[in-house]
Amino acid sequence: MDGTPAGKPRGSALHRFANPGRFLRFSGAVLPWVAAAGLALSVTGLWWGLVHAPRDWQQGDTVRIMFVHVPAAWMAMGGYLGLAIASFVGLVWRHPLADIAARAIAPVGAVFTAICLITGSLWGKPMWGTWWVWDARLTSVLVLFFLYLGHIALSNAFDDPDRAARPAAILALIGAVNLPIIKFSVDWWNTLHQPASVTRLDAPGIHIDILQPLLVTGAGFLFVFAALALIRTRTGILERRARALMAARAAEPATPAAPVPV
Amino acid sequence: MDASFWAMGGHAAFVWPSYAIAVGLLVALAVASWRGYLAARREVARIEAEGPRRRRGGSQ
Repeated sequence: MDGTPAGKPRGSALHRFANPGRFLRFSGAVLPWVAAAGLALSVTGLWWGLVHAPRDWQQGDTVRIMFVHVPAAWMAMGGYLGLAIASFVGLVWRHPLADIAARAIAPVGAVFTAICLITGSLWGKPMWGTWWVWDARLTSVLVLFFLYLGHIALSNAFDDPDRAARPAAILALIGAVNLPIIKFSVDWWNTLHQPASVTRLDAPGIHIDILQPLLVTGAGFLFVFAALALIRTRTGILERRARALMAARAAEPATPAAPVPV
Repeated sequence: MDASFWAMGGHAAFVWPSYAIAVGLLVALAVASWRGYLAARREVARIEAEGPRRRRGGSQ
Protein backbone atom coordinates (compact mmCIF):
# COMPACT_ATOMS: atom_id res chain seq x y z
CA MET A 1 0.00 0.00 0.00
CA ASP A 2 1.70 3.12 -1.10
CA GLY A 3 -1.43 4.98 -2.05
CA THR A 4 -2.82 7.79 0.00
CA PRO A 5 -6.23 7.46 1.62
CA ALA A 6 -9.06 8.37 -0.67
CA GLY A 7 -10.19 11.94 -0.43
CA LYS A 8 -6.98 13.06 1.15
CA PRO A 9 -4.76 14.74 -1.40
CA ARG A 10 -1.11 13.88 -1.24
CA GLY A 11 -0.22 17.51 -0.82
CA SER A 12 -1.76 17.69 2.62
CA ALA A 13 1.10 15.88 4.33
CA LEU A 14 3.54 18.23 2.66
CA HIS A 15 1.41 21.16 3.56
CA ARG A 16 1.57 20.33 7.23
CA PHE A 17 5.35 20.67 7.17
CA ALA A 18 4.93 23.94 5.34
CA ASN A 19 3.52 25.43 8.53
CA PRO A 20 6.47 27.48 9.82
CA GLY A 21 6.02 26.45 13.46
CA ARG A 22 5.87 22.79 12.55
CA PHE A 23 8.77 23.20 10.18
CA LEU A 24 10.85 24.63 13.04
CA ARG A 25 10.12 21.61 15.22
CA PHE A 26 10.63 19.08 12.44
CA SER A 27 13.81 20.69 11.09
CA GLY A 28 15.19 21.08 14.61
CA ALA A 29 14.80 17.34 15.12
CA VAL A 30 16.43 16.25 11.85
CA LEU A 31 19.11 18.95 11.57
CA PRO A 32 21.73 17.30 13.83
CA TRP A 33 21.43 14.04 11.90
CA VAL A 34 21.59 15.71 8.51
CA ALA A 35 24.65 17.71 9.57
CA ALA A 36 26.35 14.64 11.05
CA ALA A 37 25.70 12.59 7.92
CA GLY A 38 27.03 15.41 5.76
CA LEU A 39 30.19 15.75 7.79
CA ALA A 40 30.85 12.00 8.03
CA LEU A 41 30.20 11.24 4.36
CA SER A 42 32.13 14.28 3.10
CA VAL A 43 35.19 13.53 5.22
CA THR A 44 35.05 9.84 4.27
CA GLY A 45 34.65 10.54 0.57
CA LEU A 46 37.34 13.22 0.43
CA TRP A 47 39.78 11.12 2.46
CA TRP A 48 39.07 8.15 0.21
CA GLY A 49 39.67 10.25 -2.87
CA LEU A 50 42.85 11.85 -1.52
CA VAL A 51 44.52 8.79 -0.08
CA HIS A 52 43.10 5.58 -1.50
CA ALA A 53 41.74 6.30 -4.97
CA PRO A 54 44.21 5.44 -7.74
CA ARG A 55 45.81 8.21 -9.73
CA ASP A 56 44.63 8.62 -13.27
CA TRP A 57 46.93 7.20 -15.97
CA GLN A 58 46.72 10.46 -17.93
CA GLN A 59 46.10 13.10 -15.31
CA GLY A 60 48.14 11.74 -12.42
CA ASP A 61 47.22 13.13 -9.01
CA THR A 62 45.35 16.13 -10.38
CA VAL A 63 42.40 13.80 -10.85
CA ARG A 64 41.91 14.04 -7.09
CA ILE A 65 40.63 17.57 -7.61
CA MET A 66 37.64 15.88 -9.22
CA PHE A 67 36.45 14.58 -5.85
CA VAL A 68 35.79 18.18 -4.83
CA HIS A 69 35.02 19.68 -8.21
CA VAL A 70 32.35 17.30 -9.51
CA PRO A 71 30.24 16.97 -6.33
CA ALA A 72 30.42 20.77 -5.95
CA ALA A 73 29.15 21.11 -9.53
CA TRP A 74 26.27 18.73 -8.75
CA MET A 75 25.35 20.86 -5.74
CA ALA A 76 25.66 24.06 -7.76
CA MET A 77 23.13 22.80 -10.29
CA GLY A 78 20.94 20.79 -7.92
CA GLY A 79 20.84 23.75 -5.57
CA TYR A 80 19.66 26.00 -8.36
CA LEU A 81 16.96 23.47 -9.21
CA GLY A 82 15.87 23.64 -5.56
CA LEU A 83 15.95 27.44 -5.71
CA ALA A 84 13.80 27.41 -8.86
CA ILE A 85 11.28 24.97 -7.36
CA ALA A 86 11.01 26.97 -4.13
CA SER A 87 10.59 30.15 -6.18
CA PHE A 88 7.87 28.55 -8.29
CA VAL A 89 5.98 27.37 -5.20
CA GLY A 90 6.38 30.80 -3.64
CA LEU A 91 5.12 32.55 -6.76
CA VAL A 92 2.15 30.27 -7.43
CA TRP A 93 0.93 29.41 -3.94
CA ARG A 94 2.31 32.48 -2.19
CA HIS A 95 3.62 30.34 0.60
CA PRO A 96 6.01 32.32 2.83
CA LEU A 97 8.02 29.22 3.73
CA ALA A 98 8.90 28.71 0.06
CA ASP A 99 10.16 32.30 -0.19
CA ILE A 100 12.21 31.83 2.97
CA ALA A 101 13.62 28.56 1.62
CA ALA A 102 14.62 30.26 -1.64
CA ARG A 103 16.47 32.96 0.30
CA ALA A 104 18.13 30.25 2.36
CA ILE A 105 19.25 28.16 -0.61
CA ALA A 106 20.82 30.92 -2.71
CA PRO A 107 23.97 31.60 -0.62
CA VAL A 108 24.62 27.88 -0.18
CA GLY A 109 24.33 27.30 -3.90
CA ALA A 110 26.58 30.30 -4.55
CA VAL A 111 29.31 28.88 -2.30
CA PHE A 112 29.19 25.48 -3.99
CA THR A 113 29.31 27.17 -7.39
CA ALA A 114 32.33 29.18 -6.27
CA ILE A 115 34.02 25.95 -5.12
CA CYS A 116 33.21 24.38 -8.48
CA LEU A 117 34.71 27.32 -10.40
CA ILE A 118 37.82 27.65 -8.24
CA THR A 119 38.64 23.94 -8.21
CA GLY A 120 37.91 23.74 -11.93
CA SER A 121 40.40 26.52 -12.50
CA LEU A 122 42.99 24.77 -10.33
CA TRP A 123 42.42 21.62 -12.35
CA GLY A 124 42.46 23.41 -15.69
CA LYS A 125 45.85 25.04 -15.20
CA PRO A 126 47.91 21.80 -15.03
CA MET A 127 45.72 19.83 -17.46
CA TRP A 128 44.67 22.40 -20.07
CA GLY A 129 47.48 24.85 -19.51
CA THR A 130 45.09 27.68 -18.64
CA TRP A 131 43.16 28.86 -15.59
CA TRP A 132 40.16 29.83 -17.64
CA VAL A 133 38.66 29.68 -21.12
CA TRP A 134 35.50 31.40 -22.25
CA ASP A 135 33.90 28.25 -23.56
CA ALA A 136 30.30 27.16 -23.15
CA ARG A 137 30.61 25.02 -20.01
CA LEU A 138 32.78 27.38 -18.00
CA THR A 139 30.89 30.48 -19.06
CA SER A 140 27.47 28.99 -18.33
CA VAL A 141 28.61 27.96 -14.83
CA LEU A 142 29.95 31.48 -14.29
CA VAL A 143 26.51 32.76 -15.33
CA LEU A 144 25.02 30.38 -12.75
CA PHE A 145 27.24 31.96 -10.10
CA PHE A 146 26.06 35.44 -11.09
CA LEU A 147 22.43 34.27 -11.04
CA TYR A 148 22.93 33.18 -7.43
CA LEU A 149 24.57 36.52 -6.59
CA GLY A 150 21.78 38.38 -8.36
CA HIS A 151 19.18 36.48 -6.37
CA ILE A 152 20.97 37.28 -3.11
CA ALA A 153 21.28 40.95 -4.04
CA LEU A 154 17.64 41.24 -5.12
CA SER A 155 16.44 39.44 -1.99
CA ASN A 156 18.21 42.01 0.15
CA ALA A 157 17.31 45.03 -1.96
CA PHE A 158 14.06 45.70 -0.08
CA ASP A 159 13.56 46.71 3.52
CA ASP A 160 10.82 44.10 3.75
CA PRO A 161 12.09 40.71 2.54
CA ASP A 162 8.51 39.63 1.86
CA ARG A 163 8.31 42.26 -0.88
CA ALA A 164 11.60 41.11 -2.39
CA ALA A 165 10.41 37.53 -2.72
CA ARG A 166 8.44 38.03 -5.91
CA PRO A 167 11.05 39.73 -8.10
CA ALA A 168 13.71 37.37 -6.74
CA ALA A 169 11.56 34.36 -7.61
CA ILE A 170 11.02 35.65 -11.15
CA LEU A 171 14.77 36.08 -11.55
CA ALA A 172 15.35 32.54 -10.27
CA LEU A 173 12.82 31.06 -12.71
CA ILE A 174 14.15 32.94 -15.71
CA GLY A 175 17.66 31.87 -14.77
CA ALA A 176 16.58 28.22 -14.71
CA VAL A 177 16.94 28.29 -18.51
CA ASN A 178 20.65 28.16 -17.80
CA LEU A 179 20.48 24.70 -16.21
CA PRO A 180 19.99 22.65 -19.40
CA ILE A 181 22.51 24.91 -21.11
CA ILE A 182 25.12 23.94 -18.49
CA LYS A 183 24.19 20.27 -18.64
CA PHE A 184 24.32 19.95 -22.41
CA SER A 185 27.00 22.56 -23.11
CA VAL A 186 29.63 19.84 -23.41
CA ASP A 187 27.55 18.12 -26.11
CA TRP A 188 26.31 21.17 -28.00
CA TRP A 189 29.56 23.06 -28.32
CA ASN A 190 33.19 22.20 -28.73
CA THR A 191 34.81 22.69 -25.40
CA LEU A 192 37.94 21.89 -23.47
CA HIS A 193 35.73 20.48 -20.74
CA GLN A 194 35.26 16.76 -20.89
CA PRO A 195 31.76 15.39 -21.54
CA ALA A 196 29.64 13.69 -18.90
CA SER A 197 31.19 10.48 -17.63
CA VAL A 198 29.03 9.54 -14.64
CA THR A 199 25.51 10.21 -15.89
CA ARG A 200 25.74 8.45 -19.21
CA LEU A 201 22.98 6.27 -20.46
CA ASP A 202 25.32 3.33 -20.92
CA ALA A 203 27.76 2.29 -18.21
CA PRO A 204 29.57 5.17 -16.49
CA GLY A 205 32.83 5.93 -18.26
CA ILE A 206 34.72 5.99 -15.02
CA HIS A 207 36.40 3.30 -12.99
CA ILE A 208 34.65 1.94 -9.92
CA ASP A 209 37.59 2.83 -7.65
CA ILE A 210 37.13 6.45 -8.63
CA LEU A 211 33.35 6.37 -8.85
CA GLN A 212 32.86 5.14 -5.28
CA PRO A 213 34.60 8.01 -3.42
CA LEU A 214 33.00 10.41 -5.89
CA LEU A 215 29.51 9.21 -5.01
CA VAL A 216 30.25 9.17 -1.27
CA THR A 217 31.46 12.78 -1.43
CA GLY A 218 28.43 13.65 -3.55
CA ALA A 219 26.10 12.22 -0.89
CA GLY A 220 28.08 14.06 1.79
CA PHE A 221 27.86 17.39 -0.02
CA LEU A 222 24.13 16.82 -0.50
CA PHE A 223 23.63 16.44 3.25
CA VAL A 224 25.90 19.43 3.92
CA PHE A 225 23.84 21.47 1.49
CA ALA A 226 20.62 20.32 3.16
CA ALA A 227 21.94 21.10 6.64
CA LEU A 228 23.04 24.61 5.66
CA ALA A 229 19.76 25.31 3.85
CA LEU A 230 17.80 24.04 6.87
CA ILE A 231 19.71 26.26 9.30
CA ARG A 232 19.22 29.28 7.06
CA THR A 233 15.53 28.50 6.57
CA ARG A 234 15.09 28.30 10.34
CA THR A 235 16.87 31.65 10.62
CA GLY A 236 14.53 33.11 8.01
CA ILE A 237 11.46 31.87 9.88
CA LEU A 238 12.71 33.38 13.15
CA GLU A 239 13.55 36.69 11.49
CA ARG A 240 10.09 36.79 9.97
CA ARG A 241 8.57 36.06 13.37
CA ALA A 242 10.61 38.88 14.87
CA ARG A 243 9.34 41.28 12.19
CA ALA A 244 5.77 40.14 12.77
CA LEU A 245 6.10 40.66 16.52
CA MET A 246 7.52 44.14 16.01
CA ALA A 247 4.77 44.98 13.53
CA ALA A 248 2.11 43.73 15.93
CA ARG A 249 3.57 45.85 18.68
CA ALA A 250 3.72 48.90 16.47
CA ALA A 251 0.12 48.35 15.41
CA GLU A 252 -1.24 48.68 18.93
CA PRO A 253 0.33 51.86 20.27
CA ALA A 254 -0.38 52.75 23.83
CA THR A 255 -3.71 51.08 24.18
CA PRO A 256 -3.94 50.55 27.92
CA ALA A 257 -6.81 48.17 27.40
CA ALA A 258 -4.48 45.61 25.92
CA PRO A 259 -4.22 42.62 28.22
CA VAL A 260 -0.73 42.60 29.63
CA PRO A 261 -0.23 39.55 31.80
CA VAL A 262 2.79 40.69 33.69
CA MET B 1 52.00 10.09 5.20
CA ASP B 2 55.21 10.08 3.25
CA ALA B 3 56.58 12.90 1.17
CA SER B 4 55.26 11.54 -2.11
CA PHE B 5 51.73 11.80 -0.77
CA TRP B 6 52.17 15.49 0.01
CA ALA B 7 53.90 16.05 -3.32
CA MET B 8 50.83 14.77 -5.23
CA GLY B 9 52.98 13.77 -8.18
CA GLY B 10 54.27 17.31 -8.55
CA HIS B 11 50.80 18.80 -8.56
CA ALA B 12 50.59 19.67 -4.87
CA ALA B 13 50.12 23.35 -5.74
CA PHE B 14 46.83 22.50 -7.45
CA VAL B 15 45.47 19.57 -5.45
CA TRP B 16 45.88 20.91 -1.91
CA PRO B 17 44.46 24.40 -2.53
CA SER B 18 41.40 22.75 -4.10
CA TYR B 19 40.67 20.84 -0.92
CA ALA B 20 41.65 23.71 1.37
CA ILE B 21 39.50 26.28 -0.41
CA ALA B 22 36.49 23.95 -0.54
CA VAL B 23 36.72 23.10 3.16
CA GLY B 24 37.47 26.71 4.10
CA LEU B 25 34.50 28.14 2.22
CA LEU B 26 32.09 25.52 3.56
CA VAL B 27 33.28 25.98 7.15
CA ALA B 28 32.99 29.76 6.81
CA LEU B 29 29.44 29.43 5.46
CA ALA B 30 28.50 27.00 8.24
CA VAL B 31 29.85 29.33 10.93
CA ALA B 32 28.10 32.36 9.41
CA SER B 33 24.83 30.44 9.06
CA TRP B 34 24.94 29.20 12.64
CA ARG B 35 25.77 32.67 13.99
CA GLY B 36 22.90 34.13 12.01
CA TYR B 37 20.59 31.51 13.45
CA LEU B 38 21.65 32.21 17.02
CA ALA B 39 21.24 35.96 16.46
CA ALA B 40 17.73 35.49 15.08
CA ARG B 41 16.81 33.25 18.00
CA ARG B 42 18.11 35.83 20.48
CA GLU B 43 16.18 38.58 18.68
CA VAL B 44 12.88 36.69 18.88
CA ALA B 45 13.49 35.84 22.53
CA ARG B 46 14.27 39.47 23.31
CA ILE B 47 11.12 40.78 21.64
CA GLU B 48 8.96 38.12 23.25
CA ALA B 49 10.47 38.79 26.66
CA GLU B 50 9.88 42.53 26.67
CA GLY B 51 6.80 42.74 24.53
CA PRO B 52 3.24 42.31 25.65
CA ARG B 53 0.84 40.18 23.65
CA ARG B 54 1.55 36.91 21.87
CA ARG B 55 2.19 33.74 23.74
CA ARG B 56 5.66 32.31 23.46
CA GLY B 57 6.18 30.62 20.14
CA GLY B 58 7.65 27.21 19.67
CA SER B 59 11.12 28.36 18.80
CA GLN B 60 13.75 26.04 20.11
